[in-house]
Amino acid sequence: MAEVLVYVDHVDGAVRKPTLELLTLARRVGEPVAVALGSGAEATAAVLAEHGAVKVLTADAPEFADYLVVPKVDALQAAYDAVSPAAVLVPSSAEGKEIAARLAVRIGSGIITDAVDLEAGDEGPVATQAVFAASYTTKSRVSKGTPVITVKPNSAPVEAAPAAGAVEALAVSFGEKSTGTKVVSRTPRESTGRPELTEAAIVVSGGRGVNGAENFHVIEELADSLGAAVGASRAAVDAGWYPHSNQVGQTGKSVSPQLYIASGISGAIQHRAGMQTSKTIVAINKDAEAPIFDLVDYGVVGDLFAVVPQLTEEVKARKG
Amino acid sequence: MSLRIVVCVKYVPDATGDRHFADDLTVDRDDVDGLLSELDEYAVEQALQIADEADDAEITVLTVGPEDAKDALRKALSMGADKAVHVEDDDLHGSDVMATSLVLAKAIEKTGYDLVIAGMASTDGGMGVLPAILAERLGVPQVTLLSEVSVEGGVVKGRRDGDTASELLEASLPAVVSVTDQSGEARYPSFKGIMAAKKKPVESLDLDDLDIDADEVGLEGSWTKVDSATERPARTAGTIVKDEGEGGKQLAEFLAGQKFI
Ligand SMILES: Cc1cc2nc3c(=O)[nH]c(=O)nc-3n(C[C@H](O)[C@H](O)[C@H](O)COP(=O)(O)OP(=O)(O)OC[C@H]3O[C@@H](n4cnc5c(N)ncnc54)[C@H](O)[C@@H]3O)c2cc1C
Ligand SMILES: Cc1cc2nc3c(=O)[nH]c(=O)nc-3n(C[C@H](O)[C@H](O)[C@H](O)COP(=O)(O)OP(=O)(O)OC[C@H]3O[C@@H](n4cnc5c(N)ncnc54)[C@H](O)[C@@H]3O)c2cc1C
Repeated sequence: MAEVLVYVDHVDGAVRKPTLELLTLARRVGEPVAVALGSGAEATAAVLAEHGAVKVLTADAPEFADYLVVPKVDALQAAYDAVSPAAVLVPSSAEGKEIAARLAVRIGSGIITDAVDLEAGDEGPVATQAVFAASYTTKSRVSKGTPVITVKPNSAPVEAAPAAGAVEALAVSFGEKSTGTKVVSRTPRESTGRPELTEAAIVVSGGRGVNGAENFHVIEELADSLGAAVGASRAAVDAGWYPHSNQVGQTGKSVSPQLYIASGISGAIQHRAGMQTSKTIVAINKDAEAPIFDLVDYGVVGDLFAVVPQLTEEVKARKG
Repeated sequence: MSLRIVVCVKYVPDATGDRHFADDLTVDRDDVDGLLSELDEYAVEQALQIADEADDAEITVLTVGPEDAKDALRKALSMGADKAVHVEDDDLHGSDVMATSLVLAKAIEKTGYDLVIAGMASTDGGMGVLPAILAERLGVPQVTLLSEVSVEGGVVKGRRDGDTASELLEASLPAVVSVTDQSGEARYPSFKGIMAAKKKPVESLDLDDLDIDADEVGLEGSWTKVDSATERPARTAGTIVKDEGEGGKQLAEFLAGQKFI
């Protein structure tokens, strides 16, 4: 069976969930060969093998951390040359998309970004995209070169499928362009202890209706009772009530959890663009005419300061 | 020496309108108004601010798109850009990102540049990869997804707020930059700006001018193919209740029924 390259998104060896989902999709189109780069690369092998990687190509060098994107493209290209895969799959993070796109240029291939599903087709992998704020579903494929496809988080189940996962060192020679953009400093984002927004099964979001940073604890308490991630609308972020890294929408994160709860959010098209593929949508808004109610499976017309705390209490009570 | 800035701006269907696909599965541009992709206004704004700080700078706005795409150029000119380049050719219809980026890269090289500035993503295709592709094609550094940007002494610096960290980046010119909507509110064109824009030069280029073969672009020449586009079925109307003191409990009941609690 043809091999498929899977680019591994990990933090110091801890593989992030979207990569494991990618392995599920990769197995539909070939035999997954994982590529893990940077510090902790080898430590990723065990979990990748458990989820179907037949091989894990690893490389570490200071270049990966000291310069932006291009050294990783050099490495992925080295893996591509070594394997001659039938497709290259990359998680749809901001960086993942840029790595994938530059690789596609180098190998003369087309690229599809933000796929939400992937199947084998007669002429290569067929990708499903949710476009125009998820109002359309398209099916596309790469028609020139080796398909390069980036896949959004929460697009496939994580499935165990034990495979050999043999670790092999990848020889990478960095091109002179790889040191073009220096990373002068890096400030890690502080962990909140809550699930990662794009990966979470449940997201609880607050908008302008939350009316102040000091009120966001109402949203956080509901999130914590459900084990959820916290999201925010751009209005809440622009007002300085919540960090931009939690923004959901076109210019924030795109989420597709099992459950999305929007409180005090009107449902502008740019917000919908980032959450409309959520499986179940719930909204709490005091305006019965708010466009968000067009999307919901369940909506409560009411004051979030009454409804949300009551819901939180109920959740806690039911969970015991 | 003058700092030559090229800003890539895209003409897109209005996201608040009813966007559709045409029969050939390209974006239907007849049914809905087009405009300058809102996120590219931030790119124009940063170009204007960088030009203000420079001794001498010239801003060219560039678009690849149909006849109407001139509207996007006019908007950018009325914000304060100096001149415009419009790549327009019937054979471009249906170009994907590889084809579009090929055309943009050739047009940028022909125009001459020290700095290319783009938006973080278009509001229609929204791939968010074109700036990185341009950097690859032009062979210059990419300094992308910046929430803050400045240029001094031939060096571009910026802040990139990523998933796991916030990074300070630095590269020598020439370079390709993309900016996010966190980079600073875009200005509104003034009346004076709108009047002045009418007199600013708009150069039209076609594929011949850029030495690009028709079969490298367009629907047929593209690297990807759309097989189908289906409108998502309208969601079946959900249950909507009015809170009369029990709204939170009713919602909990629904969530329990769906096995979320
Ligand atoms: C280029 C561009 C990109 C954008 N990107 C994004 C993006 O990524 N994400 C995003 O979210 N937006 C984005 N926006 C902004 C978007 O257009 C809206 O302005 C924004 O989503 C509005 O946020 P909101 O729903 O919180 O606020 P509003 O639209 O003001 O809605 C607030 C809602 O809260 C309700 N409310 C008020 N008080 C209460 C209460 N006590 N209890 C219950 N309900 C209450 C109101 O009835 C109202 O419906 C973008 C805009 C542009 C132009
Ligand atoms: C719904 C939809 C989905 C698509 N999916 C794919 C896909 O998976 N693969 C693919 O190859 N193509 C795809 N396309 C086509 C692609 O969007 C266009 O080729 C487009 O010009 C480049 O991609 P983008 O607009 O998504 O760019 P982005 O990478 O999102 O744009 C970033 C920036 O690049 C600049 N820019 C982009 N296009 C132009 C332009 N024409 N003129 C000037 N500046 C520009 C702007 O500054 C913009 O802010 C899709 C188009 C649509 C409408």
